[in-house]
Parts: sequence; C-alpha cells; structure tokens
Amino acid sequence: MAEDAKEGGAELVFHPMDQFIVKPLFGDGPVGLFTVTNVTFWMALTVLAIFALLVLGTSGRSTIPTRIQSIAELAYGFIRKMVEDVAGKDALPYFPYIMTLFMFIVFSNFLGLIPGSFTTTSHIAVTAVMAMAVFLAVTILGFVKNGAGFLGVFWISSAPLVLRPVLALIEVISYFVRPVSHSIRLAGNMMAGHAVIKVFAAFAPMVLISTGIGLVVTPLSIIAITAIYALEVLVSFIQAYVFTILTCVYLKDALHPHH
Amino acid sequence: MASETHDAAGTASACVDAGGGAIGMPQLCGEWMGNQVFWLVITLIVIFFILSRIALPRIAAVLSERQGTITNDLAAAEDLKVKAQEAEEAYNKALADARAEAQNIVAATKAEIKAELDVATAKADAEIAAKAAEGEKAIAEIRANALVSVKDVAKDTAKELVSAMGGKADARSITSAVTAKLKG
Repeated sequence: MAEDAKEGGAELVFHPMDQFIVKPLFGDGPVGLFTVTNVTFWMALTVLAIFALLVLGTSGRSTIPTRIQSIAELAYGFIRKMVEDVAGKDALPYFPYIMTLFMFIVFSNFLGLIPGSFTTTSHIAVTAVMAMAVFLAVTILGFVKNGAGFLGVFWISSAPLVLRPVLALIEVISYFVRPVSHSIRLAGNMMAGHAVIKVFAAFAPMVLISTGIGLVVTPLSIIAITAIYALEVLVSFIQAYVFTILTCVYLKDALHPHH
Repeated sequence: MASETHDAAGTASACVDAGGGAIGMPQLCGEWMGNQVFWLVITLIVIFFILSRIALPRIAAVLSERQGTITNDLAAAEDLKVKAQEAEEAYNKALADARAEAQNIVAATKAEIKAELDVATAKADAEIAAKAAEGEKAIAEIRANALVSVKDVAKDTAKELVSAMGGKADARSITSAVTAKLKG
C-alpha cells in the first residue's frame, strides 16, 4: 500500500491508510491489550467532549437555556423522540443506552474530521463491538420479554402460508447478517471518506513535481478535498443517525416481534 | 515523512512495514483489536455513567421544569384574561351606572331650576302687577288733579275774561257756567 518517496519528494507519496494505524501514545512499544494508544487518546477526547456538552453545558439548569444547553437539549430530545417513535414508549428505559451509542459515534465521527486526528469509528473492531452488543442485547431482550414468541419475528403471518418457510429462512439469514451490516456500514463509511481525502491530499503537491500538470491537478485536488470534507461532515452525522435508528428498529423487533 | 517514521520500524508488528506505513488495512490488523475493544468498552461505560447518572436526569428535569413553567404561565395568562374581561365588564357597568345617575341629576336639577324659575316668575309677575296698579292709581290721581286744576284754571280765566271786559261776575255764576261747559 505504501509507496515511499525515494528521492526526496520527487514522487507523490500515497499513505491513505496510515491514518488508521494504532500506535502507543508514549514510546514505541508493542500494542498490548492495556497499552495507552491513540485510540485511548481520541476516545478520551470523545468522553470529554460529551461531558463538556451534556454536563458542563447544562450546569446552569436554566429554564431559558444558553446556547450550549440548547444543543444538549436538542440532542436529548432528538434521540428520545427517535426511540419513542421508532421503538415505542416501552423502549424508553433503554434510551440511556441508545443515547450512549449515539453520542459516542457522533462525537467520534466529528473529532475524526479534525485534520491529523484518529477516527476510532473507522475501525471495524470498534463498530463490531457496538453492533454485536446491540445484536446480543436485542436478541436476549427479545427472548426474555417474549419467550419463544420472539421467534415470531421470523414467521411472517401476513404472507401466504406457502411462502412463510422461505421467508422465515430469509428472515433468519438477514437477522444474523444484521450485526455485520450494522458495523461495516459505519466503519466503511468513515474509512472510505477519510482514505479518499488522503488520496486527494497526496495529489495536492503535484505542482512541486511538475508545474504543468500541477497547475491543473493541485487546485482540483484541493477543491476535491474540500468537497469530500463537506460530504464527510454530512456522513459523520448521518452514519451516527443511521446506526442509532437501526438500533431502535432492532429494539422494536425485540419488544414487539409480531409484524 | 517516511524518514521521520523510520524510528518506529523497530516495532515488531505484522501490520506496519519498515517505513512505518500500514501493511494492508489497519482495520484488519488483529493485534490492535484487543486494545481497541478494551478502550472502547471503558469509554462506553464511562459515557453511559455520565449520561445516566448526571446528564440525562438533569436535562429531563430542566425540560419538565420548563414544561411546568410554560403550563403555569399559560394558566396564569388564562386567569389574567378572565380577570381582564371581568374588569372590563365592571368598568362598562360602572360607566352605564354613572351615565344613568348623571341623567337623573340633570333631570332633577332641571326640575329644581324650573321650580325656582316659576316661583321667581310668579313673584316678578305679582310685583309687576302691583307696580302697574300703583302706576294706574297714580295716573288716575294725576288725572283727577288735572281735572280739578282745569276747573280752577277755567274759573280763573273766565273771571279774568269777565273782568277784563268790564263786567263783574260773581264767583257762583262763573263756577256753574264753567262746570256746565266742562260737562258739555
């Protein structure tokens, strides 16, 4: 993947994936289970940002909110309404868990947009843990709440009887694919956008190598970086939203398995 | 850039090449996953406790308090509106009462003035009548006096005329002659 510059900047340097490397924050040792790494650093920043917004921002508890308190209330209302609308009123006890997921993803995504930062949500290990947690929690909850009746989620009673076994098979497969798509969607989106920005960034110094081609390529790649960055700002929010709303949909299946 | 990261080349890793660049997708590097999962779980637990212990109850309290304030304010506004309507009605009633009273006062005053005026007119009429009677009496007196004077003047004039013509008239014949002339 990496093509090193061998002659002191005479060649373009492509390292689009280097931004995803996990490295120890202090020293150069191997990355063990408990090593403090750039992952730790950016996740800690995420926690601090969430703390600043939702705790420090609301410390006034004012009836007429300040700007930051308005944003915190907006986030609260947004997710609470989503849980209530999508999964129903009886899903509200699980609202703090869903809010945790949303706040973590949205802040990780946006912190990842800081140039030179590390995007924790671009790693499949991170999103897979969250997706698996959602999958297991929803499955266990479904069986605890509904017993064997939870299997009704696979048995589509509105379909013709002949089709039902076929549909049940498809439903079972799609049910087990859920955590995969759920996690890869987020990680893939984050990774792809950041990698593409990096590729364009690698084309940007073209003007230093060849003035003729560079006059065209360099401005184009800078414009492309700007455009994709704007797109990434959208994607950052939308993917957090999608992850959260899918969690709500799965939760709805667990609480009300009959279509 | 590559030369700077050469120091990291000593790290024994299957995912990073000698230049410090990534080998393949870092996302698929198994030796980093444990670390990421560990810190992710810590992070999520911390966020969950921050949210469920501090942030969410606080925001919920603020929102419900605001809802309560709004509801109270609306109710108070409704009360005030009703009060304002009542006040308006009372004002209108007072206005109507005042008008009616004013009309009563006007009527009473008019009647009073009229009575006074009538009394004064009657008094003035009586006075005028008295004065007229007095005047008539004075005129009659003056007229009577004048008649007497006319008789005297006529007697005197007749006596002087008679004496001027050389006659001598006695008083009695002259008086009877004058009286007869005056009557005639």
